[in-house]
Amino acid sequence: MTELAKKRPEFRNINALSDLPTYRLPPAGWVSILHRISGLLMFLLMPFIIWMFDNSISSEFSYAKFAAAFNVGLGFVPGWFMKLVALALIWAYLHHFIAGLRHLYMDVCHAVSKEFGKSSAIVTLALSIGLTVVLGAKLFGLY
Amino acid sequence: MSVNYGSKRTVVGAGYGFRDWLAQRVTGSLMALFTVVVLAQVILTSGPIGYEQWAGIFASQPMKFLTFAVIVALLWHVWVGVRDIWMDYIKPVGVRLVLHVFSIVWLTGCAGWAVQVLWRL
Repeated sequence: MTELAKKRPEFRNINALSDLPTYRLPPAGWVSILHRISGLLMFLLMPFIIWMFDNSISSEFSYAKFAAAFNVGLGFVPGWFMKLVALALIWAYLHHFIAGLRHLYMDVCHAVSKEFGKSSAIVTLALSIGLTVVLGAKLFGLY
Repeated sequence: MSVNYGSKRTVVGAGYGFRDWLAQRVTGSLMALFTVVVLAQVILTSGPIGYEQWAGIFASQPMKFLTFAVIVALLWHVWVGVRDIWMDYIKPVGVRLVLHVFSIVWLTGCAGWAVQVLWRL
């Protein structure tokens, strides 16, 4: 190893407890980190997503089981908790989808200005959170 | 130091990220298209949606064709995505290897299950 490589300073200022809460992210930063968090969430909950896919389309009987999981619960898990998990997935999908379209738009249209980055990030956050609220209200039977 | 980038790049066989970047865009676009196609059919269905209507969306051969392609695209897309997360935040090589292996097992298992569901329909 060269002398230069040995002395290179290393900053590990990403401690989840002492560093991360002190950072103030711009809107585009929030979209970026939430893109990762939503992706990871869907990755971890993927068996649940496929369980829903399986039960909802396999048969009349399994469809009833799928519906009951959210209305009365599944095993020891209450229905409202199942709905909450589904709502987390709805948010994750919406955010990932809209932020993904933002990426595609930026790539195709070479939209790389600072202003566009900020305004499109705000639109992404507003749309994903707004739609999550609307669909969440529907899911919990508020209308 | 001599220039080793651009046209003078030392080619050692890796994709330098371009393949992953393109794969994320292509697989993402396919999944976005799938989302729109499924959503359109849900919205255009008249009356309440029960088992018949919902399962019917996926039962036609063109939809099975598209859904299968989307499962493969999803597998690929998620692999690139979670691998990026592990590479960025997990520094110990042993832990990273374990997480990579876990991700591959998790994803291939899930993809197999999804294909099995589609196969039965």
